[in-house]
Amino acid sequence: MLNIDCPWCGKRHETEFHYGGEAHIARPEDPAKLEDTEWAEFLFMRTNTKGYFAERWLHSHGCRRWFNVIRNTVTHDIVGSYKMGEKPPKLPKRTGDAK
Amino acid sequence: MTQAFRTTSGGRIDRRKAINFTFNGQSYIGYEGDTLASALLANGVHLLGRSFKYHRPRGIVAAGAEEPNSMVQLGEGATTEPNIRATQISLYEGLTASSVNVWPNVEFDISAINGLFAKIMTAGFYNKTFMWPRSMWMKLYEPVIRRAAGWGKAPTQTDPDIYDHMHLHVEVMVVGGGPAGLMAALAAGRAGARVLLVDEQSEFGGSLLSKKRQIGAKDEAGWIADMAAELEAMPDVTLLSRSTAFGYYDHNYLCVLEQKTDHLPAAERKGKVRQRVWHIRAGQVVLATGAHERPLVFADNDRPGIMLAGSVQTYVNRYGVLPGKKMVLFTNNDAAYEAAIDLQAAGGDVVAIIDCRHEVSGELVDAARALDIEILAGYAITGTSGGKRVESVEVRAIQKGAKVYTSAARQIDCDLVAMSGGWSPVVHLFSQSQGQLEYDEEKVCFLPGKPRQAQQVAGALAGQFTLKECLAGGYKAGADAARATGFTPKRKPAAPEIEEPDLGGIEPFWIVPGSRPIGEGMAKHFVDLQNDTTAADIELAVREGFESVEHIKRYTLTGFGTDQGKTSNINALAILSGILDKPIPKVGTTTFRPPYTPVSYGALAGRNLGDWSDPVRVTSIHDWHVENGALFENVGQWKRPWYFPKAGETMHEALNRECLAVRNAVGVLDASTLGKIDIRGPDAAEFLNRIYTNAWAKLGIGRVRYGLMCHEDGMVFDDGTTARLAEDRFLMTTTTGGAASVLDWLEEYLQTEWPELKVYCTSVTEQWATVSIAGPKAGAVLKKLAPEMDLSHENFPFLSFKEGTVAGLKARVFRISFTGELSYEINVPWANGLALWEAVMAAGAEFDITPYGTESMHILRAEKGFIIVGQETDGTTTPQDLGMDWIVSKKKPDFIGKRSFTRSDTARPDRKQLVGLLTETPDDVLPEGAQLVFDPNVPKPIPMAGHVTSSYYSAALGRSIALALVKGGHGRKGQKIFAPLEGKTVTAEIVDPVLYDKEGERLNG
Repeated sequence: MLNIDCPWCGKRHETEFHYGGEAHIARPEDPAKLEDTEWAEFLFMRTNTKGYFAERWLHSHGCRRWFNVIRNTVTHDIVGSYKMGEKPPKLPKRTGDAK
Repeated sequence: MTQAFRTTSGGRIDRRKAINFTFNGQSYIGYEGDTLASALLANGVHLLGRSFKYHRPRGIVAAGAEEPNSMVQLGEGATTEPNIRATQISLYEGLTASSVNVWPNVEFDISAINGLFAKIMTAGFYNKTFMWPRSMWMKLYEPVIRRAAGWGKAPTQTDPDIYDHMHLHVEVMVVGGGPAGLMAALAAGRAGARVLLVDEQSEFGGSLLSKKRQIGAKDEAGWIADMAAELEAMPDVTLLSRSTAFGYYDHNYLCVLEQKTDHLPAAERKGKVRQRVWHIRAGQVVLATGAHERPLVFADNDRPGIMLAGSVQTYVNRYGVLPGKKMVLFTNNDAAYEAAIDLQAAGGDVVAIIDCRHEVSGELVDAARALDIEILAGYAITGTSGGKRVESVEVRAIQKGAKVYTSAARQIDCDLVAMSGGWSPVVHLFSQSQGQLEYDEEKVCFLPGKPRQAQQVAGALAGQFTLKECLAGGYKAGADAARATGFTPKRKPAAPEIEEPDLGGIEPFWIVPGSRPIGEGMAKHFVDLQNDTTAADIELAVREGFESVEHIKRYTLTGFGTDQGKTSNINALAILSGILDKPIPKVGTTTFRPPYTPVSYGALAGRNLGDWSDPVRVTSIHDWHVENGALFENVGQWKRPWYFPKAGETMHEALNRECLAVRNAVGVLDASTLGKIDIRGPDAAEFLNRIYTNAWAKLGIGRVRYGLMCHEDGMVFDDGTTARLAEDRFLMTTTTGGAASVLDWLEEYLQTEWPELKVYCTSVTEQWATVSIAGPKAGAVLKKLAPEMDLSHENFPFLSFKEGTVAGLKARVFRISFTGELSYEINVPWANGLALWEAVMAAGAEFDITPYGTESMHILRAEKGFIIVGQETDGTTTPQDLGMDWIVSKKKPDFIGKRSFTRSDTARPDRKQLVGLLTETPDDVLPEGAQLVFDPNVPKPIPMAGHVTSSYYSAALGRSIALALVKGGHGRKGQKIFAPLEGKTVTAEIVDPVLYDKEGERLNG
């Protein structure tokens, strides 16, 4: 069970949170201007990262705030968490296991 | 004579405290401190059960968690438990146990005849033998297999015991209370860290409980007692014995099962917590889980009386039991010699030591020679005989690498074979924590490599096989763990003088050939005793094309079952490595998964049982519904009245009565469960404009509007009415089941996409009780309750609301309708719900006001063609599919879902669209979910045209009605469609979904 560092509440068990998928995918400013393929890109396409990955979490059974986490999808190592709109922390050099 | 195999003195049992117990109906006596296994051995009982596949007699092999054979049915009635290892059951007064997998009894088991058909019961035999004919599976094969296989019987009564859960945060958690674990806990505890030490056994000491050692001035027992005393005196150290760390999860989260009363007589358990699951989050974990001895794989190595050498030593030294009086030791290493020496010292007779190594020397070997024990170096056991107990072994001189031994055989009579193939570190928890294993050629075992979590390893797990190494390694691991969590370890204490024999050498030896090639003849080389997997099965699996260790495991069943292959996994993969001619590290291990040893469902559930397993939500009017005979429907966690049958009424009759009351007079519905969200802030209107598909900016204060919400993909996900309470304040209603997800959705957009909007959302579902009255007389009822309120259509039009007093209660009244009738939804503070309801019932009595439930509500709205999200929609339905283009704004530049309405897929003309269906025969009510086809007479498979989403009998229309999603349905009105059902095909006409009061005239009463 992950130990997730909520920027407001501190470290809490994973069961207090909901997962929100890849971070930093902004809703397009003017969807009407987009081609179907561009809209589909926003709607459906996500990276399938092996290694450090920026993802969103919601402290649903806590302060109910959304925030971002950098987690290694192979080792589950969490580098840090940061509030919406903040810059992500620096990533460790190794981006995953060579396994 | 009782306890004929008990030694005259020694052991950690209390000979003054005799304990009576029963096994297979026979009474026995053991001592306090015994396990069921040691007490049975003391009484000369070796035959405990029958094997899984061949029903061969089986006995006790080991002395701990690794035991593959001796599973028993423990206890009787509601507290009975199947498949508990006799080696892990602490003996208590009145214990009752019996063999599993035997019929009619363990002495005479009819399925032993399977042994004669062993040739067809090889690897994968279930998959091969019982494939055909398929029809025979349910009738014949499965019942027969279930009777013959399977082990104990699950209890059939409710578990009466109490279980609970505990959460704990510590800096250092130590798993394993042997010498290394005790030292680690001591180092961390002295440094000041909060420490938890867990051990699965009844007392701390681990391997030291089985051996005689001098540590400084103390013997092993004295040393353990000193350690435990110092640790117990530390306020921040928690010690848990009888506690198994069974799962190691991410970020140092471990689960521990503490068995609190399983060792007590029944009378002393009453009212106490039986087992507790501890949930631990640790800063650092020290794994000191020890090692399990490996059996040797030789012909007919499964007879009762063939045991692990270290376990024999445990029975002798810890329990004062001689598992046999004439022992043969079979080994590939020096360490096992100690078992022979100890047995001899305790009064047993070691008739021979069979060592498969050609050259043997060392301290322990010399000690055995000094006792005049015959040592046969370069020999192996190539066969055994005996029925329910081993009676003799056949030994032959062996040549390295030979497939068959031809040298002359010698028979040696014995009643006990102690075997040792070396030691496998208990890497289970380490592997669960995602650490990588490394194969050590010299120590002939897998050792922990690089850990993935904040973790140390110590003791035999880390390949530290001498006591000296364990004490030093344990202290270092504990000190390192304390340091890593911010503490400063104290100076390392001086190492005590330790008297222990030299460890000596080991030579890998994975399989002993016999006089015939493996697999030929009747002899069986068992690899996995619990699953009856033999070396021949592994060979066969390879011949049939399996090579991956994970595939071999599944095909041969090696490593499955309650012991998860603790004694068999390494032997299996070493044998596989030999067959494939690939080094062991290249073959790799199978994945270790939790739990380490079985955990009962009761313990996992803890107190989350019955009413505590999931919250039940009821409205403030619930008691009235119960008293008035309502049947309930679960909607999410809510209990909603389904319908209110009167005495003698069928469901059909009750629904007809309820629906007609609404259409002809007045009905009343408890709508309190509808989700309600208070939305406030200067940007609230703009926010709703972006969330809903229709326009909200110009909605007047005091007015109400219906809205649809879509996800970005354009699919409908909730609907409801929203009222404007003030310029900057709205009250949104959602579906009962969708309330939480809608609030999540609103908050997600406010926090992540539009943080600039000044809006706050608050769930007020349980602040307001809602009573909905509907029907031509609804106005008359409300007039009586709220004489001050102007109910005229001009001043209180449809889709508006008023605040005022209803039945003397402060209320908000919304004029909205889900039935198509004149309808008012009266909201009062939650606690006043019942008072309002009773006032409504009293005021409506003269109009014969009728309470109705969700089923009538569904019929009434279906007659009007109103959708229910989740019934007419399934996450692939757009507003346009539902024929609700009217609610999708063409003017708003953007809102959630808008862009997706013009995607090629959502714009397709042959999408499934909402239509009404009228069956040709008016009494035919289609089943909901029925598939629909345009032509039932084309060859199968018939192309699907859609499905029925809602279907009822409508009393108002005097016939059945249905709603359906049909491909291109909007353009097919008037056409026929067919529902092929079992035994008949129902024909229906596609019609407009609105079937009642198309003009909407009834809204005004």
